[in-house]
Amino acid sequence: MELFGDFFKQLYDTTGWNFAVFYDPFEWDRFVAAMWTTIRLAIACLIFSLIVGFVGAWAQGAKSRIVRNVIAGYIQFFRNTPPFVQILFFYFVLGNLVPTYDAGGYQEAYIGSFGWAVISLGFFAGAFNTEIFRSGIEAVPESTVEAASALGYTRLQSYIYVIFPLAFRVCLPALNNNLVNLLKTTTLAYGIAVPEMMYTANQIWSDNVNVPEMMIVLFIFYVGLVAILVWGMSRWERKMKIPGYG
Amino acid sequence: MSGNRTAGISHEQHMDVLLPLARQQRSQAMIERLEGTFRLKVQPHHAIWMFLLFVLAVGSAQAQAPKELISPLDALIKWTPFILWGPEGGLTGFSLNIIISFFAMLFGTVAGVALGLMQISLLLPVRRGSWIVTQFFRNSPWLVLLFTIMLLFPFEIDLGFVVIPVPDWMKAVIGFSLPVMANISEVVRGAVRSLPSGQWESAESLAFNRRQTLWMIILPQCFKRMIPPWINWYCILAMATPLCSIMGVEESVTYTAQALNAEGDRPELLPVFYIFLLLIHFIYTYPIARWSIQLEKKFAVKL
Repeated sequence: MELFGDFFKQLYDTTGWNFAVFYDPFEWDRFVAAMWTTIRLAIACLIFSLIVGFVGAWAQGAKSRIVRNVIAGYIQFFRNTPPFVQILFFYFVLGNLVPTYDAGGYQEAYIGSFGWAVISLGFFAGAFNTEIFRSGIEAVPESTVEAASALGYTRLQSYIYVIFPLAFRVCLPALNNNLVNLLKTTTLAYGIAVPEMMYTANQIWSDNVNVPEMMIVLFIFYVGLVAILVWGMSRWERKMKIPGYG
Repeated sequence: MSGNRTAGISHEQHMDVLLPLARQQRSQAMIERLEGTFRLKVQPHHAIWMFLLFVLAVGSAQAQAPKELISPLDALIKWTPFILWGPEGGLTGFSLNIIISFFAMLFGTVAGVALGLMQISLLLPVRRGSWIVTQFFRNSPWLVLLFTIMLLFPFEIDLGFVVIPVPDWMKAVIGFSLPVMANISEVVRGAVRSLPSGQWESAESLAFNRRQTLWMIILPQCFKRMIPPWINWYCILAMATPLCSIMGVEESVTYTAQALNAEGDRPELLPVFYIFLLLIHFIYTYPIARWSIQLEKKFAVKL
């Protein structure tokens, strides 16, 4: 670690390339905190969007017309409006309605900017996930569903134990695409001051006047994160494969 | 019905397991990854629901608003021209969103087609290099690319005899055209690869050289296939343009915030203005998304 820091310090002294995040302990701490926030944000959004997709796809097959229409409206709304405006809408409009508590002299809302970023990005990606899961469910043959109900499964049980596990495997490739997209979209949380990578990088280059260097770091960070996600998903896909089921 | 089914199974016919459908889903996802598009499935009545939501928001805001101040609906009517066209009808506000998306699409397409053709080059270094460029710009977040261009691109270009000023919105155009370029490049590559190899082989047997094959046989067939994903990418781009409000480009989100500020940031105005903002973006992208679906159905060729 020492050697690493010394190398970048020397790089700065000799060439003027100021990678302050790698030798200045203060900037390094900020950078690591931001990295951690981005990863936490991405994972939280990912899980939330998967839950939304799971529930949404189930509700889309509901008997009630009203439920189906509400879900369809939700999907259309989130797919055809800018995600950035959605975040602003959630944070400024709905954030206003959340009750506050006294946090030592000032009022703090129960859901902060991080929470709103997770909710709005989760709903955004969830709209896509719902569609993806639905197409996966359509791929499950009707005879399988009938067999499940013949064995005494209720609609919910057959969804959880039979249909979804099969559908999930079918739609993993499409899900993969969407999750990569979601990971890239977490940068939009910048707009509501979540201290994630983009936001902190902005602070760091404002303090150190090293925009090009921080840009390089940002690109490597995000492209690397996407690469890890794609690699992990494809591994998972291989692991979950059932022989004879595509 | 059930009788038919069991009768079918008992003989040589296999029970329909997931296999064919799963394979279809997988190839569909591969295509989507290549073309970078989501197939939108939209119905006209969704727009009616959205409008009802808007009316509901306005109505509830009207009820909450204090009597002595300007009512939310009046405030919205007052500021609508400002949000759509900016002050004095100059082309800012929402019209700037459209202008940015239009030019970014134009530059992105020209660069993307070139990059896509480089991706199918016969020279290995060209193919590798263009592949790396494509993957790099596809997998970086749009906001990071936008920041890079906004902060690192010069505010004017000195050509020696003439100095060309580069305003903020023009930088935003360049910033947006980079990810569009990478994605269009993939669209081109995907379209070329989706053609059956028999097309290449029969062209070769008819003594077409590579350039002739590309221009006279392959690309004309690809053109039709590329249009629906191309339009879809335009929709995605149009929905990304509000991002440049972060850098202070005077587009619709910036102006909405300013209008709200001018009205004293009254909390009951916020939902009205933001839902209005969402609605105008929806009204713009929705018909285009519908159109791309229609074209897709029309161009669906079975080979």
